[in-house]
Amino acid sequence: MAEPFLIGDAMTGGYGGADILHSCTIAVDKGEIAVIVGPNGAGKSTAMKAVFGMLKLREGQVRLAGEDITALSPQARVAKGMGFVPQTSNIFPSMSVEENLEMGAFIRADDISETMEQIYELFPILRDKRRQAAGELSGGQRQQVAVGRALMTKPTVLMLDEPTAGVSPIVMDELFDRIIEIARTGISILMVEQNARQALNIADKGYVLVQGENRYTDTGAALLADPDVRKSFLGG
Amino acid sequence: MEPLNALVSVSNFMLVPALAYGSQLALGALGITLIFSILRFAHFAHGDTMAIGTAAVIGGTVFLQARGVSIDPLPTALLAVPFGILVLAAYLLATDRLVYRYYRRVKAKPMIFVMASLGVMFVTNGITRLFMGTGESRFEDGQRFIFTVREFREFTGLAEGLALRTSQALTIIVALIAMVVLFWFLNRTRAGKSMRAYSDNEDLALLSGINPERVVTITWVITAILLVLAGTLYGLDKGFRPFNYFQLLLPMFAAAILGGLGSPLGAIVGAYVVAFAEMGITFAWRRVLSYLAPEGMEPSTMMQLLPVDYKFAVTFAILVIVLLFRPTGIFKGKVI
Repeated sequence: MAEPFLIGDAMTGGYGGADILHSCTIAVDKGEIAVIVGPNGAGKSTAMKAVFGMLKLREGQVRLAGEDITALSPQARVAKGMGFVPQTSNIFPSMSVEENLEMGAFIRADDISETMEQIYELFPILRDKRRQAAGELSGGQRQQVAVGRALMTKPTVLMLDEPTAGVSPIVMDELFDRIIEIARTGISILMVEQNARQALNIADKGYVLVQGENRYTDTGAALLADPDVRKSFLGG
Repeated sequence: MEPLNALVSVSNFMLVPALAYGSQLALGALGITLIFSILRFAHFAHGDTMAIGTAAVIGGTVFLQARGVSIDPLPTALLAVPFGILVLAAYLLATDRLVYRYYRRVKAKPMIFVMASLGVMFVTNGITRLFMGTGESRFEDGQRFIFTVREFREFTGLAEGLALRTSQALTIIVALIAMVVLFWFLNRTRAGKSMRAYSDNEDLALLSGINPERVVTITWVITAILLVLAGTLYGLDKGFRPFNYFQLLLPMFAAAILGGLGSPLGAIVGAYVVAFAEMGITFAWRRVLSYLAPEGMEPSTMMQLLPVDYKFAVTFAILVIVLLFRPTGIFKGKVI
């Protein structure tokens, strides 16, 4: 099997003190959507943060396009083409939507207007609100700003930590549609989701984590069909 | 003519001086608010930093005067301002390297930063006194008045007169320009926006590739510019004395907190409110009211709420009231 585009391979580590992840492996291929699900405290967000370099790994590796990036800082990984949308405080609230996008592209020295145009096409509502302070927008719109900000560096991988936390079901469906659209442009998506059933529905690949270990790994459809997974994690 | 005389009198003794004083406070309060939003601590060394910057300007002025350089009718000190800014920026950056950078690295609590800045305050104060002594230095030269009370009276024929000092007009104009440039910088330039982003959400700014050390450096340089301008204008207006500059710490903080910490616009509004409150409450209204009161009802007392010596009590009262009833200030800033 060919090496996936981004892989956190057999990651073991935590925030100092006891390990949270135990030889956990997360991978995503080009243009695919990979979803990490699992019960509360399973280490879903931790696994994603480990892939992004926000915690120190004791064992294991993170490789992007075959290159070992385990020792790189999160900022350096952004420069390598990884985009990250944190779960909370993922926007600059007092700055306008447009300024949020500009700040997302801070490391770019070239013309950003084309990328900004693409983001306004993806999220038309942001174009209407581009002069408004991002902190004044609704929850769903703020998430769009957050995703848009991360896309401004033209990343090859986009990592989303619970993008639908606290938004209504309608807005959630809308966000998932946009995420599929982003994946179709060839960007790999890795996300952690609380709404496991809906997320697995759009996932090419699903990871069910329990206590920092891989419990089930399969395609999204196969996990949804698996009676054990359904019974334990999807409520029957 | 009586209301007009009242207006001229109140302008001469209160409104114009308060406008100048408010502008000087505003420049200082802007520095406090910027440091609070970027470095996230209350900069107690602010007043004495202003003093040492002004001392550098006075040094430059004396040097220029000795060489016969003059831009009459404007004060020579204006020419020495760039030199003062350079000295103060170097001083602030050196302090940052020697003191604050260590506490940033160990992620110290804001209170530790405040205490460190208290130490910096004492050292800075000592250095200033070493060079300038504790007495008053006057360095105003050039033409003192744009128009005097007598010229105004002869021109208008009113009983009351209004004088406009060069230093007052200069203060208001320079402060206005500095504010406009600062707002342009914060809202229109990449560096300014990165400062706002860093103030809004530090972690996300890091993720976006904004270099915090660069943001901090820019903040100190802007503070140096604001403080040298504020200190020079205050010194031209009222004379330079290290202790007076230290005392300005209270009204500057009151202004920044009243306006809402972290809000530049708030710092400006707060500064004028503090200045007008200080002057208004300690002003003897007798003369003004005697023009306005009906015949036979003229006040017999000074109509002064508090003696001038108590002007800092006014500021302190404002500070306490704001912290009790609206700790976020007028423009919804952060709470200390």
